[in-house]
Amino acid sequence: MSLNILVLAKQVPDTRNVGKDAMTAEGTVNRAALPAIFNPEDLNALEQALRLKDKHPGSTVTVLTMGPFRAAEVIREALYRGADKGYVLSDRAFAGSDTLATSYALSCAIRNLPQLDVIVCGRQAIDGDTAQVGPQVAEKLGMAQITYAEEILSVEKGRIRVKRRIEKGIEVLEGKLPMLVTVNGSAPACRPRNARLLMKYKYARIPNELQAANEDYISLNNSREFLHIGEWNVNDIVCEPAELGLSGSPTKVKKVENVVFQAKESKTLTDNDTEIEALIQELISNHTIG
Amino acid sequence: MNNVFVYCEIEDGLIGDVSLELLTKGRTLATQLSCQLEAVAIGHKLNGIEKVLFPYGVDVVHIADDPRLAPYTTLPHSAILIKLFQQEKPQIALMGATSVGRDLGPRVSSALHSGLTADCTALEIGSHEDKKADKVYENLLYQIRPAFGGNIVATIINPDCRPQMATVREGVMKKEPIDPAYKGKVNQLNVADYVSDTDFAVSVIERHVEASKINIKSAPIIVSGGYGMGSKDGFKLLFDLAAVLGGEVGASRAAVDAGFADHARQIGQTGVTVRPKLYIACGISGQIQHIAGMQESSIIIAINNDPAAPINSVADYVITGDVETVIPKLIKYYKKNSK
Ligand SMILES: Cc1cc2nc3c(=O)[nH]c(=O)nc-3n(C[C@H](O)[C@H](O)[C@H](O)COP(=O)(O)OP(=O)(O)OC[C@H]3O[C@@H](n4cnc5c(N)ncnc54)[C@H](O)[C@@H]3O)c2cc1C
Ligand SMILES: Nc1ncnc2c1ncn2[C@@H]1O[C@H](COP(=O)(O)O)[C@@H](O)[C@H]1O
Repeated sequence: MSLNILVLAKQVPDTRNVGKDAMTAEGTVNRAALPAIFNPEDLNALEQALRLKDKHPGSTVTVLTMGPFRAAEVIREALYRGADKGYVLSDRAFAGSDTLATSYALSCAIRNLPQLDVIVCGRQAIDGDTAQVGPQVAEKLGMAQITYAEEILSVEKGRIRVKRRIEKGIEVLEGKLPMLVTVNGSAPACRPRNARLLMKYKYARIPNELQAANEDYISLNNSREFLHIGEWNVNDIVCEPAELGLSGSPTKVKKVENVVFQAKESKTLTDNDTEIEALIQELISNHTIG
Repeated sequence: MNNVFVYCEIEDGLIGDVSLELLTKGRTLATQLSCQLEAVAIGHKLNGIEKVLFPYGVDVVHIADDPRLAPYTTLPHSAILIKLFQQEKPQIALMGATSVGRDLGPRVSSALHSGLTADCTALEIGSHEDKKADKVYENLLYQIRPAFGGNIVATIINPDCRPQMATVREGVMKKEPIDPAYKGKVNQLNVADYVSDTDFAVSVIERHVEASKINIKSAPIIVSGGYGMGSKDGFKLLFDLAAVLGGEVGASRAAVDAGFADHARQIGQTGVTVRPKLYIACGISGQIQHIAGMQESSIIIAINNDPAAPINSVADYVITGDVETVIPKLIKYYKKNSK
């Protein structure tokens, strides 16, 4: 049985490698100083989708991302690894979205796509670490969900079986399609770019990126359907504008502070025997140890 | 109406620590807001579970008991919460930032169109002035959490939507029963009114869950190692020191990632939060994500060969030296001076 699979992927600032210049003097994040990357767990999610496609020939893997135009990079990265088609959902109306408004916009966009069997998300995005968008999209689409997945074990006769990793062990869950699955970082890493696909999709662009390109490029892109990355804005989806962006976000950021730790007054010692023995004696006499 | 609700995680009839910690916090919030604290217990064989909950100052326990409700699956638990919250209209709803709470919370918040803040490290009550709308909100829940990989701390509020929902990791809040004789009420829910057969769309085929034998959270003394321990072998020194002091071994993420220690030992923002009587940080640089999980320890000793290691700024005692030299000496002089 061939499957219609969707991957939700996000472009995120690389918060794991935050340098000294990543914070402004006012304590806000200097996004420009952080490279934008494919959210790590979304790569794990993509791999699960591609494995399903490997097992079920004729399946399609579509990738949807919401973000600025440059998030098209995420779609290209997915195409290089074996995805079939991608869409960038981009509009100023989405600015300031919290997870609820994000999942609303994504779920509206998903209704544009043909009936899906499986939606695969990352467990969480490293810019927020919230792990909310997947389950919220599932709820908005009236779909069941399996979170913290480590492996999609099988899809057979309209049922999906998933191994998930939870704090103290593992669970195998089974449910009916369609299903939304969020994938853990402990799942297998994503396959690397495929050289042939890299050549094929190198010039894949969204219309907005093409505007800045030269004539040859545009005609090349126009003549090859597979180089078209879809671009949707708020007019391309059926939605309630009040539910989008800031107005659709129940959570507001009241205040942001830089992390500063109250430096303690500390005693400094060397590894000298006398000093270490004195420390031990002090800890014993004040009942910290002993 | 408009009370503080805590969703209780239950495994094998036992209420998870994270839920008891949230009840303790919930009690404080409810008292500040002059409202009641209510707990929701969903599962099977929950007879007498209220006796565990009342001492935390719980005024009402809502119990949904049905064989199909344990172990946890998403749809039936969320269906119950959604309907219960629609009836009871909590102002605040808290759950653990665990694989259960993070599966359930977003589903419920989406259905109720309420804001949800993940992984809070502090919860406080405060006011908010919306200058644009010229409106002042009193008694909002300040949901305080690290953001951007722990580099900033953000205060999040949900001014207009209820309940104000938040998840909190295990070990972040303190667990403290307030009164063994506290009396609350039980509200036994008729499960059929809350879930339908279609909610049992996902079934658990297999389950291997073991209570972790490692319990660093309640250890009074923690000897913690970082990447500076060099290897898994290097960690043996830490086990030796922990054994003589009667403590447990913790680790930084870099040490866990390098395979020196088990994940259950990781301390920090993405591990557990600990507040032991004594914390000995060995070969740990002290990045904020680590410090976030141990800064409330009563006494902190840092052993690092770098005199400028950030960990030193939160330490009471800084030993500048090599772990391989210092730790054996600590063991030696402890043995000599104890008893
Ligand atoms: C989103 C996010 C979440 C994170 N969550 C966590 C978390 O929960 N917990 C956590 O710990 N980290 C976490 N981190 C990672 C954190 O930022 C640091 O990378 C990590 O804590 C560093 O571990 P370390 O101090 O062991 O290693 P390093 O930073 O490599 O430090 C090693 C230290 O050992 C010292 N040293 C080396 N050799 C010796 C020797 N022979 N004797 C004495 N000292 C020596 C060095 O001087 C150095 O200070 C997180 C990061 C991100 C982005
Ligand atoms: N803007 C977005 N575009 C596409 N997918 C997203 C977006 N935001 C979140 N997701 C998906 O939802 C998951 C969880 O995100 P979060 O709730 O932000 O931690 C991510 O791993 C993605 O799969």
